[in-house]
Amino acid sequence: MTTGPRTPGPRTPGTQPPGTQAAARPVLRVHGLSVRFALRGGRYVEAVIDAGFELAAGECLVLVGESGCGKSVLASALLGLLPGNAQTAGTALLDDGLDLLAADERTLARTVRGRRIGLVPQSPAAHLTPVRTVRSQLEEAVRELTGAPRAGRRAAAEAAAARAAFPTGHLDRHPHELSGGLAQRAATALALVGDAPLLLADEPTTGLDRDLVHRTADELRAHTRDGRSLLMITHDLAAAARIADTVAVMYAGRIVELAPAARFFGAPGPRHPYARGLLAALPEREFTPLPGNPPALSALPPGCAFAARCPAAGPACAERPAFTGGLACHHPAVPEPARA
Amino acid sequence: MLELRSITAGHGRGTPAVRDVSLTLEPGTSTGLLGPSGCGKSTLARVAALLHRPDRGTLVLDGTPVTRWRHRAPREQRTAVGVVFQQPRLAADPRLPLHDLIAEPLRACGRRPEVRTRVPELAGRVGLGADLLGRRPHEVSDGQLQRACLARALVLRPRWLVCDEMTAMLDASTAAALVGVVEEYRADTGAGLLAVGHDPVLLERWCDRTVHWSELAGRTP
Ligand SMILES: Nc1ncnc2c1ncn2[C@@H]1O[C@H](COP(=O)(O)OP(=O)(O)O)[C@@H](O)[C@H]1O
Ligand code: SF4
Ligand SMILES: [Mg+2]
Repeated sequence: MTTGPRTPGPRTPGTQPPGTQAAARPVLRVHGLSVRFALRGGRYVEAVIDAGFELAAGECLVLVGESGCGKSVLASALLGLLPGNAQTAGTALLDDGLDLLAADERTLARTVRGRRIGLVPQSPAAHLTPVRTVRSQLEEAVRELTGAPRAGRRAAAEAAAARAAFPTGHLDRHPHELSGGLAQRAATALALVGDAPLLLADEPTTGLDRDLVHRTADELRAHTRDGRSLLMITHDLAAAARIADTVAVMYAGRIVELAPAARFFGAPGPRHPYARGLLAALPEREFTPLPGNPPALSALPPGCAFAARCPAAGPACAERPAFTGGLACHHPAVPEPARA
Repeated sequence: MLELRSITAGHGRGTPAVRDVSLTLEPGTSTGLLGPSGCGKSTLARVAALLHRPDRGTLVLDGTPVTRWRHRAPREQRTAVGVVFQQPRLAADPRLPLHDLIAEPLRACGRRPEVRTRVPELAGRVGLGADLLGRRPHEVSDGQLQRACLARALVLRPRWLVCDEMTAMLDASTAAALVGVVEEYRADTGAGLLAVGHDPVLLERWCDRTVHWSELAGRTP
């Protein structure tokens, strides 16, 4: 049985902000981004390898992939939130040319995080301050990011909570008094406060039930009205199908396919065998897992990292496939779509 | 049978999360429990796993009412139920390499000699290689840590399994793989399953029957 993903839902395609020329600089241009972590004994974990993509104003790009494939590291790299043993290469340019990978911590803390890039973190519990209520954290963020006078802060905080479907009645609770889903919504509300031109949401729907997944995804998507952009990381393919303009699939640290969402989730489907396997694992499709495990990022094979699990692997796959035309594969399942 | 009879349970503030809820699980069968997030499913799952003492009501485990909870529960009852939670990071001791994490229940029960055979066998089942077994939780992905948590839940060969949103944080392939491991274990041992979740597509595909939270409250068996 093969059916489409759950309720792909109505989508508004990414819209250019009024008055912007088609030639407008992308909000974010990532090129050759690599991140590795030094391990004891001189070994490395190669968490992100040569990632590249662009994010246009008003576009929603969704990054999907198996857990541990490097998605969150990529996000952390963009925000300068990597731990001390990380080494980065490449560039990640905002529209004014600021390179997020080269910027110093002071610049990132004062002008980027929360202001130019809003972050919905993967583990909300870790980002909420345990000793303060959700309301006080939201009001503090409003004060810091918007400079709103004291009188307006309460309303602004409540508005942000409402946008993230966080119930007003729980605003005076401390983080430990919240279920996982509520903590997630509190973190989303905090990220929406600054109204940043780029929103980076790392697994923002984890732990939410289906209705709330839809609501949260739609709210994040709504953020892209007026030309703001959204980079959402998720393992939830239904949430991705609902809001993505573009899908990027990551496997073992690399982006292996970058495709328009309609083609990816509809017919003819993904071109990369890994992406096809991931969709087939959905309970509404075949519900069959890919065989085996991804390789350890500390011991990547020399050729295609998916070869050991790939039904289409052949001798050519001993050579690493280059990423061209939105795909890194020697034997794609679907031929390259004709250019319009 | 695992019988939850008129369970009321909460966290000591305001209305209890679980009010007068009854649910009976037959041996060898799988039951999916669906409900919105925050409704109290996890609290009920913790009662079923002997981890949360209810304020009222009775848990009857294979004919014996449970009167003591958590570490005070008799070993025979405590080890009859294996449990896997949504967030492996909150469920795993960060200091333990995955191998020791899986072995922990055996050690706690004085069954150390079984460690050498059971741990590799389960690691194979859940798809964890030797390299991963030597790593600590912060050195592995959520999916890999959840594989270890599932192995730990199975290590004592429980007659019952409680999976609370086990796959909610996982990608589609890892989710399908872990559900496959649970079903393989159940086919081998005849264990019963309570799978708690919010995704009807998943639970209906996985379980023999699914019940909705709203059907359970205020009913007596
Ligand atoms: N440790 C706790 N302290 C206070 N309230 C809690 C705690 N854990 C859960 N709750 C509250 O109990 C209710 C039910 O939570 P839970 O059982 O986790 O539901 P679900 O699993 O359906 O998400 C929620 O309102 C939640 O905020
Ligand atoms: S390059 Fe070869 S092994 Fe890799 S995904 Fe393509 S066909 Fe499979
Ligand atoms: Mg829960």
